[in-house]
Amino acid sequence: MKKIINQPSSVLDEMLNGFTYSHDHLLKRIENTGVIYRTYKEQGKVALVSGGGSGHEPSHAGFVGKGMLSAAVCGQVFTSPTPDQILEAIKVADQGVGVLLIIKNYSGDVMNFEMAQELAEMEGIEVQKIIVDDDIAVEDSTYTAGKRGVAGTVLVHKILGAAAEEGLTLEEIKTMGEQLVQNMKTIGVAISPATVPEVGKPGFQLKDDEMEYGVGIHGEPGYRREKIKPSKEIAVELVTKLKTAFQWQQGDHYAVLVNGLGATPLMEQYIFMNDLQALLKDEQLRIDFKKVGSLMTSIDMAGISLTLVKLVDEKWADYLKHEVTTAAWI
Amino acid sequence: MLTVDHTTNWLILFAKKIYEKKDYLNELDSAIGDGDHGSNMARGMKAMEEKLKDGQFSNVQDVFKAASMALLSKVGGASGPLYGSAFMGMAKQGGSDETDLVAILQAGLQGIQLRGKSAKGEKTMIDVWIPVIEALESESLSKEIIQDAVLQTKEMKATKGRASYLGDRSVGHVDPGAASSGYLFEAMLDGGILNE
Ligand SMILES: Nc1ncnc2c1ncn2[C@@H]1O[C@H](COP(=O)(O)OP(=O)(O)OP(=O)(O)O)[C@@H](O)[C@H]1O
Ligand SMILES: [Mg+2]
Repeated sequence: MKKIINQPSSVLDEMLNGFTYSHDHLLKRIENTGVIYRTYKEQGKVALVSGGGSGHEPSHAGFVGKGMLSAAVCGQVFTSPTPDQILEAIKVADQGVGVLLIIKNYSGDVMNFEMAQELAEMEGIEVQKIIVDDDIAVEDSTYTAGKRGVAGTVLVHKILGAAAEEGLTLEEIKTMGEQLVQNMKTIGVAISPATVPEVGKPGFQLKDDEMEYGVGIHGEPGYRREKIKPSKEIAVELVTKLKTAFQWQQGDHYAVLVNGLGATPLMEQYIFMNDLQALLKDEQLRIDFKKVGSLMTSIDMAGISLTLVKLVDEKWADYLKHEVTTAAWI
Repeated sequence: MLTVDHTTNWLILFAKKIYEKKDYLNELDSAIGDGDHGSNMARGMKAMEEKLKDGQFSNVQDVFKAASMALLSKVGGASGPLYGSAFMGMAKQGGSDETDLVAILQAGLQGIQLRGKSAKGEKTMIDVWIPVIEALESESLSKEIIQDAVLQTKEMKATKGRASYLGDRSVGHVDPGAASSGYLFEAMLDGGILNE
């Protein structure tokens, strides 16, 4: 393992201190916790709280700020944060009209956030939740814990963040979030694995000339392994998967996110976007919003994911373009 | 009959077993999960042990409650809320009747199942809780029965938790959460809870 760190066990604490120092005009950390909250407050507006295991930077703390999240809870690397800390985040975020929890669909995250929700409700805070499960790599069946939450979660932060700022109620934002999740799908490919600092070795093995489609952001197994292909052919595979899942029609409106998984440079992300552009044109889709960048990573995993959102609500494109002040959405 | 002393002793023995088996539990979890179950549990056990050793408890309910809160705030992952909910359920039941161990364990099992929405045979910790409670009811609980229940999870296919993404590839490995629950019940026998 080759990383610029000190003790593997102090990675989270040191990262959060460095992060808070870098963005102290926007946010603060509740001492001795993984809770990062924005200093900007607006009474009477719904607050959004998200979080999960660390290792996905800039998610989620990078999206704390005006127009997006009110607070993020950062757990140990790839491990869900605990209910007491999530409760702290809910309390610091609430502006009197309730809190929406945005949870990626992993058993640990769902259980810890649900417990925090129950604790907060006992303290008289109104809390609702939405569960994001945009990864179409695994079937949503009774044989697994269900589809996983991945890069699309960032678009959920963005769209619902704008809705909250516009003054929608907790109920309205939750309903919008559920509709959004149903219309959002992601599929990815990994070309090299991630190494958790405390583990010290890669989470899975891929040969030098291999790639795997559908790998999860914690290295969960994907659906097919093969020799690495040119970007153009990877784009065809990912778009074909999404096309089957969406069953789109010519002229449908979509938003696109090309997301780097951590070690893939922007150069490659733009090359992939270029290949994508041609395919989406062939499909005659109307792309109202596009974004490129490493927003939901898996430490040092190399690879890319592609998220499409079917813009069934015409407000979503505006919400995606709405100006925000955060560390990572610019 | 559970007493404050017996219960505290039982949980401290549980913590000791987890420390001893931390690497083994991590190994089991590496095969079908993300390799952290031993570390997660050991972190929680340390917090629990501190709370139990410092605390003054007037009843069994408070002992289980302290254990629950320690695990909830220190373990994280899936097993934190699951064990936390188990001990919370046991605390509630212990509050109404300290004499009925079967009812207390049943309340613990119910806590896990409500939180994890899991059923028998899904290759999780409850595949140890269920046979242990049954054996306890028929007064036949032994270490062999506990260890056998843990081993039985080897042939099951995971449909809950992280291991479920492996599908058939999860078969052939003991479930880490089942193994840690096995230690909980071995500690219960070692603590002499049944002899009281
Ligand atoms: N829904 C569930 N019901 C009952 N037990 C479960 C459930 N999900 C997972 N488990 C148990 O939890 C154990 C895994 O615990 P562990 O501490 O490794 O959590 P984890 O899933 O790795 O958490 P995280 O994903 O946040 O790292 C499994 O071996 C299984 O026994
Ligand atoms: Mg694990």
